[in-house]
Parts: sequence; C-alpha cells; structure tokens
Amino acid sequence: MLQERVPDFAKFVEPDRVRREVYTDPQIFDHEMQRVHERVWIYCGHESQVPRAGDYYTVQIGRQPMLMVRGKDGKIHVLYNRCPHRGNMMCGDRHGNAGEFFRCSYHAWTFQHDGRLRSIPMMESGYAGTRFGRGNPDCDMKKAARVESYRGFVFASLAQEGPGLLEFLGASKVAFDDMCDRAPEGEVEIVPNCFRVIQHSNWKIFLENQLDALHPSVVHQSTGRAAMEVEKQIRKKTGQAPLSYHMLSAFAEVTIEKWDGFQTLNYPYGHCILTGYMGLRPKDPDTLAYEKVMQKAYGKKRMEEIFGVNIHHVLIYPGLSVQSPLQQLRAVRPLGVDQTLTEIWHFRLKGAPEAIYRRSLAYYNLVNSPATLINADDLENFWKVHQGLASDGGDWVSFGRHYGRDIEKDGVVETGANMGTSEAPMRNQMKAWARYMKD
Amino acid sequence: MAKASKPAPKKAGVQKGNGRDTQHAVEQFLYRQAALLDAKNWQGYIELFAEDGVYWMPPDLSYKTWEGMPAIFAEDKNLMTVRMKRVLHPDAWSQRPLWGTNHVVANVMIEKESPGGEVVVRSRFHMMELRRDDVRHFAGGYTHHLRKTKDGYRIKLQRVDMTNAQAAYDYVLQVWV
Repeated sequence: MLQERVPDFAKFVEPDRVRREVYTDPQIFDHEMQRVHERVWIYCGHESQVPRAGDYYTVQIGRQPMLMVRGKDGKIHVLYNRCPHRGNMMCGDRHGNAGEFFRCSYHAWTFQHDGRLRSIPMMESGYAGTRFGRGNPDCDMKKAARVESYRGFVFASLAQEGPGLLEFLGASKVAFDDMCDRAPEGEVEIVPNCFRVIQHSNWKIFLENQLDALHPSVVHQSTGRAAMEVEKQIRKKTGQAPLSYHMLSAFAEVTIEKWDGFQTLNYPYGHCILTGYMGLRPKDPDTLAYEKVMQKAYGKKRMEEIFGVNIHHVLIYPGLSVQSPLQQLRAVRPLGVDQTLTEIWHFRLKGAPEAIYRRSLAYYNLVNSPATLINADDLENFWKVHQGLASDGGDWVSFGRHYGRDIEKDGVVETGANMGTSEAPMRNQMKAWARYMKD
Repeated sequence: MAKASKPAPKKAGVQKGNGRDTQHAVEQFLYRQAALLDAKNWQGYIELFAEDGVYWMPPDLSYKTWEGMPAIFAEDKNLMTVRMKRVLHPDAWSQRPLWGTNHVVANVMIEKESPGGEVVVRSRFHMMELRRDDVRHFAGGYTHHLRKTKDGYRIKLQRVDMTNAQAAYDYVLQVWV
C-alpha cells in the first residue's frame, strides 16, 4: 500500500526564521495546496461578475479548477469544472454564459446551474438498470463543500469542516466594509476587466511582500523619483498636478521612517492589516462633491466614521490582497511551486461621482496593469528571491526585523510604536502556515 | 485635397489621398518610430507625439475610448516621461538585466486622409523581446492618428491592439510596444 509520508513541518518554521524548502520543495507545495488552499476560504469573485443566470467565471482553488456560476434563482454556486461522466472539463473558456444549462462538449450530458444532472442522451435505452442517472450524486457536477459571500464577495471552501466565512475573515472583513461603506449606496460593482500577471516565484513570496512596509522606498524609488520630477514640472506649469502623480511619487516621498509610523495588525488565520490611509481626501472639488453625496447617504457622523477608517492594505491569507481605499484587489492563484498567477480587479463605488472612480482607475492602470510602473520591480525581486532560495547558499529566510517587540493581545499581534516596518506579518503568516500544515 | 466630384473607387477601405507619397511618408514614419524603440531612444520616441498626444493600449479590442476605461497603457507625454525617467533610473532593478526588442511593422494601410494632412493609418506589428535568456512575442495592430507639422508627422493618438492583450502576462511590459 502506498504510504504518504508527511514531513514534520514544525521543524521548518521557527518564530523568526523559515527554512528555504518551504518555498522551493514541490512536495511541500502539494501538501500546502491540500492543507491550506483546498481547505480554507478562498476568494472566487464578486457577485457582479456574474449578473445573469448562467453567467460563469472559472477560478482556480488550490489545484482545483472551479466554476463560479449564477443560477436561475439568483444563487451563486461554485462547482468543479468537470463532467462526472468521463472527466471532461465543462467550460473551456475563462468566462461566459452557459445558457439554460451546462452541456458537456464530449457526450452531451447536461446539468443545471447548481450542478445537478439534467439529462443524459439515451438515458432510458443506455442507462436503464444501471447506477447512472438523476438522483445519483455521482452523476452531478461536484460542488464546492461550502460557499458563502460577504457584501458581494464570494468565497468557497473545499472542506466540509472549518470556521464559517465570517469567523475566518475576522477583523480582515474590514477590507470589504471599508470598500463598500465608501460607496454612497453601500456596495461596489466590479469593472469587468481582469489583469493577469504570472510571477516566477512561490506564492508566499508575493504574500510576504504585500505588507512589507520597508520595501517600497527601496524597490520603487525609481518610479517615485521620476513621478516626483514630472509632478513638479506640471505644478510649475499649471499650478496643480493630477492626484495620479502623487500616487506614484509617494513611493519616493514616504520614507522608511514614515512607513515605520504605520502599524500592522496580525491575526491567527494569517490575515494582516496595514494601517496608514493613503491621503486620498484632499480638498479638491471632486472630493468635496463626493463628500456631499456621502453625507446625504449616511449623515455627517457616519460619514466621518467611514472616512476615518485608516487602512492601507489588507491581506486575507492565503490568497487575497485588498487595497480598500482604492477599491483594488489581487487574488493569488498558485500554479506551481515556482509559479504564481495574480488576478487583478478594481471596483466602482455605487453612487459615487465618476471622478472618484477615475481616481481608483488611475491607480489600477499605473500600478496594477501589465505595464505597471511599480510591480515590475517587485516581480524582478520575487524571481530573484526564488532563485536564491533554490540554491544551497543558505538554509534560512530571516524574518527578524523588530522580532521580540511585537505586542500580543488575545491572539492578535500588533507591531509596537514606530515599528511599522516590522516583519511581524511574515512571522505571523508562517505561524499560521505551520498550524494549517499540522492540523 | 478637394472633395472628389465623382466617387472614389472603394478599395479595401482606402480613401483617396496623396496616393503613394503619403503611403511612403507614413510608412517611413512608422518604421522610424519602431526603430527608436529598438534603439532605446525613449526621448526620441516621446518627441514623435503631439503635445496633446496619447499612447493607448486597451485591454480589449471592443474599447472605443481610453478615457475612464481600464488600460494597459494610457499615457500622455507627461506620463510617458515618468516611464522614461523610471526606466533610466539606476535603481530600476528590473532594467538591469540584458534586454532588447525587435519590432517589425507591416501591412500599412491608410484609412483616412483629411485635406489638412491628418492621417489615420493602420498597420500590424510583431515584437520579439529578449529578457535575460527568455524570449517573448507580442503582436497586434497599430492605429496611428497622425497630424502633419512643419517637422513632419506627430502622433495625436496611437492605439495599440495587442493580440495577446487579454492573455496572462508572463512578467510585465516595461516600455511601449
């Protein structure tokens, strides 16, 4: 009998450092897909991606190709993208509309949008007396074990057991609250364009970079400086430069000392919040017009509460990075031990003036498009990190910055005053990882 | 050119213009523009754009305008200058490794030519890029909206429809295609 040998992952993770195999070993990758991604809540998409019955989007959960589909009753289902007959993939396109029902392209078995078998050709003559037919769950398209959504953001878990979505998200749900609350109508709508970028590095390298507050001033200096120079020239000529230049020049203007002034909050499931609002409340006419609409929708007190939420970035482990004040998100899909796909989306605030959308659009285009002025240098570093970790030049990855100075309260790890660049998020992610791998 | 009194023969969308002179001038312009990219002459490339010129690469063929829409590139001369300065900065880490491109531009078709010398021209391109030891290919169509000036043509709008626009990007694009 085949016996699976599960390594003792505890010995790979120490509180302030991690063994390099965690990033480079294909066997460990398989284990983590099984123990982490194919078990916890993974972001599938936003409800507005599939507005009509039959609309579907394919989504990768761990190693599993899944479909997010809208049923005739308006409910959203998440199914394995696989025909139960001979295993044929059901939908070969990335997204589309299945019509009244799914129809397999191989032998024309058809299925309802919720995955239940609808018909088999020659059902009577070919299958009478066999175990195959309606009512046998083996003949349905298999469903994700659990599907839940929060404020329009759909998640699925491939495991029956585990915390519910809200318990899992915990404080990190603020990513969605912050985004939706900033909409006068209290909800957001997806802009139907997904930028997809492949990184040649392990998925954890991307995650660890998201809340690494020290890296921007090192890695993005070139763009920050370039934008600053042009911003100055425009200001000299016209008096005011568009906010989009500030989005870029901030990478040079916000020094390491300033980043240290922010704070990270780290949670047991591996999630993390980086505070430090991006200063998107200038006193320009667009912002003032937006504030007027917001005040009408919420009243002054509630509006101030909403604008007072101080968030730069939320990381929902193990695969979602959200920048709520700019309505952007990046979903992380590991493709292999050294290959990771990011799917990058942005949203419209329902009821907000067009100018406010244009602001988030500028960030989406400049920072997150495939011609990004920012992420290019990150990707270069990710690749180099992965290459380095694959070598025998050392065994450990260090997460020692401000180690020993974290403040722990009720399982939540906060960085201390002026320690925003602490490597607490990486330590916390690996602690969560080790726990997922063991349980 | 005055409006023709008798209808021009319809030939694959070509309107009657300066005939071979315009065709030749426009082709030379497109080839030289591509050569500037391959020579990494970013400043020279930017200067081919009119003061209000825009370089635009939509993520999808169906897009009608760059304004208020997601874009892979949507850059006026100021933003193009940011991109150039960034690429030339010594700490642009991703620019360190050996890289280069080779552009081929062909199938040049003049779509429209106005009496004032404004030309809309379509062409197809193929770009091969080497980065370290990896080769990537990008291909698609250009639509140039050109304005005639005393210094030659200047670009009002260059639309770049990449055949691989919707495909996943293995790494990203660093400069204009």
